[in-house]
Amino acid sequence: MKQLRFWMLAPARVWMALFFAAPLLIVVAYSLLTRGDYGGVEQPTTLENFTRLFDPLYGAILLRSLVIAIVATAFCLLLGFPMALFISRSGRRKNLYLQLVTLPFWTSFLVRTYAWLFLLRDTGLINTLLIKAGIVSSPLPLLYNNGAVLLGLVYGYLPFMVLPLYATIERMEPALLEAAADLGARPFAALRRVTLPLALPGMFAGSVLVFIPCMGAYLTPDLLGGGKTVMAGNLIQNQFTTARDWPFGSAVSLMLMAINMLLLLPMMRRSEDVL
Amino acid sequence: MMIAQMQAILELRNVVKDFPSHRAVDDISLTLEAGRFYSLLGASGCGKTTTLRLIAGFEKPTSGEILLNGTRVNDVPPYRRNVSTVFQSYALFPHLTVEKNIAFGLEQRGERSFSGKVEQAIEMVRLSGKSKRLPAELSGGEKQRVALARSLVLEPSILLLDEPLAALDLKLRREMRAELKAMQQRTGITFLFVTHDQEEALAMSDEIAIMHRGKIEQTGTPREVYRKPATRFVAGFLGAMNWIGDAGVRPEALRIARNGSEYRSTARVEQSLFLGNAVHVLLKLESGESATAELTGAEADFRTGELVHVNWSSADEMRFPR
Amino acid sequence: MKRGLSLYAAVAFAFLYVPLFVLVVFSFNQSRFTIWTGFSLDWYRAVFANTEMAEATWNSVVIAVTSSALSAVIGTLAAYGIWKRRSPLLTGSLYLSLVTPEIVTGISLLAFFQLVFRVVHLTLGLYTVVLAHVAFSIAYVAIVVTARLRTLDPSLEEAAMDLGATPWRAFWRVTLPALAPGIIAAALLALIVSFDDYVITSLVAGVDSETLPMVIYAIARRGANPTINAVSTLIVVGFGALIIISERVRQR
Repeated sequence: MKQLRFWMLAPARVWMALFFAAPLLIVVAYSLLTRGDYGGVEQPTTLENFTRLFDPLYGAILLRSLVIAIVATAFCLLLGFPMALFISRSGRRKNLYLQLVTLPFWTSFLVRTYAWLFLLRDTGLINTLLIKAGIVSSPLPLLYNNGAVLLGLVYGYLPFMVLPLYATIERMEPALLEAAADLGARPFAALRRVTLPLALPGMFAGSVLVFIPCMGAYLTPDLLGGGKTVMAGNLIQNQFTTARDWPFGSAVSLMLMAINMLLLLPMMRRSEDVL
Repeated sequence: MMIAQMQAILELRNVVKDFPSHRAVDDISLTLEAGRFYSLLGASGCGKTTTLRLIAGFEKPTSGEILLNGTRVNDVPPYRRNVSTVFQSYALFPHLTVEKNIAFGLEQRGERSFSGKVEQAIEMVRLSGKSKRLPAELSGGEKQRVALARSLVLEPSILLLDEPLAALDLKLRREMRAELKAMQQRTGITFLFVTHDQEEALAMSDEIAIMHRGKIEQTGTPREVYRKPATRFVAGFLGAMNWIGDAGVRPEALRIARNGSEYRSTARVEQSLFLGNAVHVLLKLESGESATAELTGAEADFRTGELVHVNWSSADEMRFPR
Repeated sequence: MKRGLSLYAAVAFAFLYVPLFVLVVFSFNQSRFTIWTGFSLDWYRAVFANTEMAEATWNSVVIAVTSSALSAVIGTLAAYGIWKRRSPLLTGSLYLSLVTPEIVTGISLLAFFQLVFRVVHLTLGLYTVVLAHVAFSIAYVAIVVTARLRTLDPSLEEAAMDLGATPWRAFWRVTLPALAPGIIAAALLALIVSFDDYVITSLVAGVDSETLPMVIYAIARRGANPTINAVSTLIVVGFGALIIISERVRQR
């Protein structure tokens, strides 16, 4: 029995050690080394890569990533909660609506991001319609800015927020709302005093699920933000490809993970078993 | 000697089972004879399920010996013990039909032609016509019968039943009691039935073992354990008991009268509860102790607050060492 | 309140679906601009005539099928092992892999492969993509399968052993079939995530192993192009078909 279990765990252990843990440890090691003359890394060890993170230029990028990720999470929460509430109250159609929310999630993220590129560009549907209607004379700069990135992130990760929210609202006893009404609470008061507090674990879980990919976003800022909106993900990619400064890229990576952990650990604890 | 060996189908010798946090089974010895219906009765957490799991082989005893048909089986894994279990949750394989669930054990034994046996088993539990159904399509009682057939088809030395009636509603539970008892008599297989329901144990068993805090308090026939409980715990656990002074008296042994000439105590009637076939009269004795008298028949009509005379015969007094 | 909620939901569902709908509609447009000039399949012809895209699609399919099959097996075994008895180190690394940003996973694997290649004389290729994809998919599979395991009656395996099955046979005959719907769902998730991945793939793919997302990305970075609309429509339809098939399998 014990032997069986050992062999069952072995492949995952080996794979995760080789292709997840070892690479991460290499990044940790690189972050403490000096950039080589032809890319790569060299001795001596230094903490300089980490002090450079506080350079205004890079600090601004990290801060922008953080702000965009937080705002995107907040928007998902604001947009997702009423959706989850609506689905949980639609009786027999619940499953249909739930599938409608998850379906885009099953579609390619790249395709969904491209869909916005197609809509927002100067000759896209929105600008074409606006010009035709005579509201504007020249196309609005909808693409390649912070707003477009934010829109892309919210669009991409909204389902991640709706699902855990729905799960917590759904497992709430319907009798609770009846009891609240029975005790004199109007629908809105019942929502605020009963549903909302009980949905908290779902909110925390959803926030974790949305915040992580937003904070590390690479694709969305690159496609919808153009060259202007650089987030931490783009900075890392740039250091490992064009700039060939692997030690600094490693330091940014670790910083990104540290921020995630710092914000997420308390949240994960409060999300109970929703995650 | 030879006969004794043939008859003792299962023997537990000083079996102890320790878990990291507590001792679940504390020095149990027990002998089960072939072809009888046994019950292991106790409150939840008393160690009865652990005892069952030790016999089935899901747990290993910390010390002591388990003998099956005279052979020590402490280290024999469950799949090589000729013991079968009916689980509380039934544990029917959800992806297999009734028929395939019942055939599962025979298949594991490598038997080739078992369709006859399976059919017989299905017939025995009256599920003919439902053999192609999946467990999800069965009622609670039907699932129960599949679980039973699945085990019985293997003709085990002992059939272990872990609270198998707990998930059924009251009416079905009563029906299944009679059915289980009949099944045991028909097959002649030894049943060891674990339950917390004293009524169930009393109704079905040839012999009952009462467990408390990991120990066996008493074994005996239902009549013995009810009429001559060996310990204070057994007396209180099996049926209701009034504690008057240092003696226990069953409610049905108390007699009350408005003015009997011979009585042991006066009492005030606190409440009279009509139960259909009996009346329970709650009394406050002159000693300050509370007692309940169970009266049958029409004579019982006492009003709250009435002063009555209470009597019982010494033969009905049960005394236990403290 | 009820009406307001329904109205809101209608707007929200429109927000989710209108962009995809517009994308699909204009893949059938004659003009390359967002003005409807007539129905045409020209962009689809362009897609099927594009050999680079065909090759990249084949690469993507090979990677997705291999890595989802591997991760389904490894992840299922891991979930089962952890379910039997906790393994904090493995569980911890699986969770950590889930919260590690894709870009970090990508560059760390790139650094790892470069280091290994100094000793072993190999280069990046399709297989490095498969290794990477399996590494991040094991966690998905393990989580989906664990969720399924939790709904399983814990007595099921004991019952099988009680009826004479060895631990291995109990797993094979009872637990695995009961887990099958979860494993299929998990494998499908891994398949789609793998097929769709750009960030990690672009970092660890060899020069001659371009995938479909890499081709799409290269074109999309230069701006919109109706050919991409056509490919996107095909991807959406393909994924949709996969999901419908898997739902059918699951309900059976």
